[in-house]
Amino acid sequence: MRLRTALMGACATAAMALPALAERGSDGNVNILYSQAVSILNPYLSSGTKDVEVSSLIIEPLAGFDEKGNLFPRLAAEIPTLENGGVSEDLTTITWKLKEGLLWSDGTPVTSADVVFSWQYCTHPEGGCAQAARYEGVQSVEAIDERTVKVTFSAPKPNPYSAFVGSTSPIIQKAQFQDCLGAAAATCTAQNFGPIGTGPFRVTEFKVNDVVQLEANPHYRDPEKPAFATVMVKGGGDAAGAARAVMETGEFDYAWNTQINPELQAQMKAGGKGQFVSAFGTLVERIEMNLTNPSPSLPEGERSTVKHPHPFLTDARVRKALSMAIDRNLLVEVGYGEAGRPTCNLVPAPEIYASDNTDCLTQDIEGAKALLEEAGFTPGPDGIRVNADGVRLSVLYQTSVNPVRQDFQALIKQWWNEIGVEVELKSIDPGVYFGGDPGSPDTFQKFYADVEMYANNFDGTDPEPYLAQYLCDKIPGPENQWQGENINRYCDPAYEALVRELAQTRDIAARAELVKRMNDMLTKESHVVVPLVDRGRLSAHSNTLGGVVLNVWDTELWNVQDWYRIK
Amino acid sequence: MFTYTLRRLLLAIPTLLVISLVIFLLVDLAPGSPASQIPLTVPAEVRMRILEAMGANEPIHVRYLLWLKQFFVVEPLVWVDATFGTAFSEGMQRILSWQSRSPVFDVIVERLPQTLTVVGMAYVVGVLIALPIGIYSAYRQYSWFDQIGTFVAMVGFSVPTFFTGLVLILVFAVNLGWFPSIYNTSLRVTDWESFVAQVRQMVLPVAVLALYNASQISRYMRASMLDNLNQDYVRTARAKGLRERVVVLKHVLRNSMIPVVTVIALGIPTIFGGAIITEQVFRVNGLGALLIGAIQASDLPMVQTLTFIFAVLIVIFNLIADVLYGLLDPRIRYD
Amino acid sequence: MTDVPFQPDRATERPRSQWAEVWAQFKTHRGALIGLAVFVALVLFVSVGPLVWTRSPTYINPNAAEMILSRNKPPSWQAPLGTDQLGRDMLARMMAGGQVSIAVGLVAMVISMVLGTLVGVLAGYFRRLDGPLMRLTDLFLALPLLPLLLVMVMLFRDPLARSLGPEGGTFLLIVTAIGVTSWMQAARIVRGEVLALKEREFVLAARSIGTPARRIILRHILPNIVSPIMVSATLGIASAIITESALSFLGLGFPPDFPTWGRLLFDGVEYIQQYPARVIWPGLAISLIVLSVNYIGDGLRDALDPRIRGR
Repeated sequence: MRLRTALMGACATAAMALPALAERGSDGNVNILYSQAVSILNPYLSSGTKDVEVSSLIIEPLAGFDEKGNLFPRLAAEIPTLENGGVSEDLTTITWKLKEGLLWSDGTPVTSADVVFSWQYCTHPEGGCAQAARYEGVQSVEAIDERTVKVTFSAPKPNPYSAFVGSTSPIIQKAQFQDCLGAAAATCTAQNFGPIGTGPFRVTEFKVNDVVQLEANPHYRDPEKPAFATVMVKGGGDAAGAARAVMETGEFDYAWNTQINPELQAQMKAGGKGQFVSAFGTLVERIEMNLTNPSPSLPEGERSTVKHPHPFLTDARVRKALSMAIDRNLLVEVGYGEAGRPTCNLVPAPEIYASDNTDCLTQDIEGAKALLEEAGFTPGPDGIRVNADGVRLSVLYQTSVNPVRQDFQALIKQWWNEIGVEVELKSIDPGVYFGGDPGSPDTFQKFYADVEMYANNFDGTDPEPYLAQYLCDKIPGPENQWQGENINRYCDPAYEALVRELAQTRDIAARAELVKRMNDMLTKESHVVVPLVDRGRLSAHSNTLGGVVLNVWDTELWNVQDWYRIK
Repeated sequence: MFTYTLRRLLLAIPTLLVISLVIFLLVDLAPGSPASQIPLTVPAEVRMRILEAMGANEPIHVRYLLWLKQFFVVEPLVWVDATFGTAFSEGMQRILSWQSRSPVFDVIVERLPQTLTVVGMAYVVGVLIALPIGIYSAYRQYSWFDQIGTFVAMVGFSVPTFFTGLVLILVFAVNLGWFPSIYNTSLRVTDWESFVAQVRQMVLPVAVLALYNASQISRYMRASMLDNLNQDYVRTARAKGLRERVVVLKHVLRNSMIPVVTVIALGIPTIFGGAIITEQVFRVNGLGALLIGAIQASDLPMVQTLTFIFAVLIVIFNLIADVLYGLLDPRIRYD
Repeated sequence: MTDVPFQPDRATERPRSQWAEVWAQFKTHRGALIGLAVFVALVLFVSVGPLVWTRSPTYINPNAAEMILSRNKPPSWQAPLGTDQLGRDMLARMMAGGQVSIAVGLVAMVISMVLGTLVGVLAGYFRRLDGPLMRLTDLFLALPLLPLLLVMVMLFRDPLARSLGPEGGTFLLIVTAIGVTSWMQAARIVRGEVLALKEREFVLAARSIGTPARRIILRHILPNIVSPIMVSATLGIASAIITESALSFLGLGFPPDFPTWGRLLFDGVEYIQQYPARVIWPGLAISLIVLSVNYIGDGLRDALDPRIRGR
């Protein structure tokens, strides 16, 4: 036995970067650390990234995205397209075919009935499915035969790859979940904590918000994978501690989302036990300008509503000046290091959608001052600019509690002070800020501030729903319990027309043109949205863990079946 | 004393009901929402439907009464069923967490062991260190032992546990590599080796918490001993020719225990409440981490149930403290 | 301590007032004197310091190239305590932070001690009040702190900010919030002591000669429970300073660029490996203020104890 291990070690050293002997379960255990602990293993009941990603070890969709954002088949035999006839000419149906011989981890075969059931499960009106948006526009899903399903849309769908694509809409087993439809979904604890799946691993133990223990799925479709026999996914703590456990103490093999300050990154790299990996998706840290008046002197219910336009942020020159005063390169250097890059775009990726807009990357304090002069704001006795009507350039700048955001606030405050704008800072507990509770004055939707900062992105690779958020009827206000997504209260008929046009355009190049046009309207032309940093994903893995490819378009654990131990 | 205890126990029922109502209103009024856990990419309509399915949109009195029923009727029945194999609770809705959609009590039971071992052990260690230090510091007031004790206790109490925890991790886990920095809750003690592993992973969190607890308790012990050491009865006892050991450890100690008993009795419920920061730093993931996670996610059923159990423990241990006062000082009467 | 009734005689014997006598005794306590000196020094550091060292605690060099160079500097003549990750002067931040921390620590501690002592004495001395007051204490002990603070901030921040200005309003809100949520332990301790004391001979004696309750409490009971209160007070300052930082950290306290010792400590922990000084200064300052108050408390207790005083 010992001789064999020694020999294997020798072979591995000789082969160096090559995967070790391809045999299921031959590499023992792998430890993964999520700084947010997993609450549930059913992504249809929780949209939290950690829940979705860890359940992707167990249950899979028909197709997923690779690290470049391209589709690749998972349970499907191939990706249906117009060319191969899988997508109908009128864009109203898509037909998926399952791989042959697929088995659930309990040994029963996967059939098209499971796919149909997954759709029924998520679209049940009383189920409160967290991923309902993935099935939007789906009129019916029918099983053509044992291995074929046809999805019919209620209207032509230029992007038919949303249902059953990506880790947020996986296939669940009908036999296991059939008693859990609708209101019963929440009571099926055993199912939600131990779904039967087709993925490389299956659950052996689950402790809520603490730890998930998994073992290799004996029925996984590739008999040689996964290389690891068991997986432990531990949760809790903070990002720095997670990075430390991989990079410095070596207790863990992989740590998710280790967003720490650049200096600490450098220090930890010197530890020599692991390395950081980063990749860029669509997450953009931005400042949003409030086009309505948030003044506390207005009666409650009228603050930050379209009834009262903002006293000075409605002037595009003021917004532009505020954007010009910011040095985005410095922000990245202070806050993100490798895990960020300066951007002027709301849609920074995928590549075909990214506008070539780079005007904002150089800071221009003098230009900003000149622009404010032009807008009629001249410095008062205390250095704060005032216009002829006595409007003072004084802003309340709010964001959520987060050390990097507080550093950004301090820096931007200084730059804005420099151009004669008074800034008051406010930071809010994230549970309140992002909670959307209509009773609280501090939610980001209520926007009781002049400018606010947060990060947002879009799901998958299609920015259409994301850009459609800036419609006039999506403005949050008391009449919709402040639930709209148009945070800036932006309203432009020309933009609305573009949104409608995009919904009807199917040619990819034409879509890209439209997206760029809309991106530019919101950013460099109006400065309603002031993008700051394109935030990448930063994770850490130990030097002995091979096969890690960071993917921002789908779950980070998308290729865990290919991970192996470097011996 | 017996009738007093009985009366207090009866009185505890309405008290606890009022406390549960206040907690419920408070948690409900707090400006957070379970929706903060949903990513921004999820559209507003879907958000609303998720909240509806949780039951978060029901009127407050409906939710409170439902919780009362679930806590006092359904959960005990579930317990009865589990012990005697009956089926009284079949078809009844248990208290479900909004975060994990699983029964709150299952999660609590799952987490109790690590909280009791780590936080409980830290408390026991803390008390065992604090009492002798407090007694000796007072007996030799202003000696070098007392001065060092004072210094360590004050620094130990002034620097928060997130700081001491991190320092210990950096020194003992990163640099020396003696102890793990992350607590493994799935470790089962079956043999000597796993026992050693368990002890090793407990050392750092227990040390952090014990220092904090000991600092506090030793100060009260010392102050109270000092008050009593100058009393007339001590002089009398010494004059009677009693040995110094008996005078200090029997006469003075007993009379000095009242504030210490109060502090310790107040501390025991907090063991069940867990140590929020320390648990997070070392990822012990016990009840403290559960509570703070639930508060941040506005998981109302979880917060409500945990705090209510906490309230029950507070009422019980304060009653125990009151009974102990009577035993320590027979002159104290309640009737 | 049971010989409190002797006090009036002593006062007539000697011409000195009681407080002069207390001070005379206090002066002989070396630890207390050092504590007092450190305390005064710290108060001067945060109050007079900013007049001497006039750099702004929030100033960041607006020129990006210079700002990069001014980050995380070790101590130098330009910045005696170095600079932080944005190039802000740590000495100025320590001074500005200390003003808030010391003020919050002391005021919140006083509020919580007054409340705790009041509730404890009333509950311990008057049997009829014992039940309701102690059940109230149980309620407060049971309330989850974070939601309570969130609710208080939500309800009172805007009205207070309107009437007292943003900074005054926040200060009042924070000290009240901390005071109101931290008096329970003191109340329980005081009550326990009072329960035992009121059955002691000297209280019975006072009562038998018809001394009114108020006088018994003030003259006979309070002086005998000073020492546990002192301990609570010292520990209370430390927890108030730390709680304040937690509040600001949750976005419930002062604006995010407003330094306090607790916050500096909190922020510095992230940089503990590269720049340990960042946590040492605020940690040291908090420990020093707590230690100094502790020794002053020790000295005061000895000085107030008439039996030791004559020693």
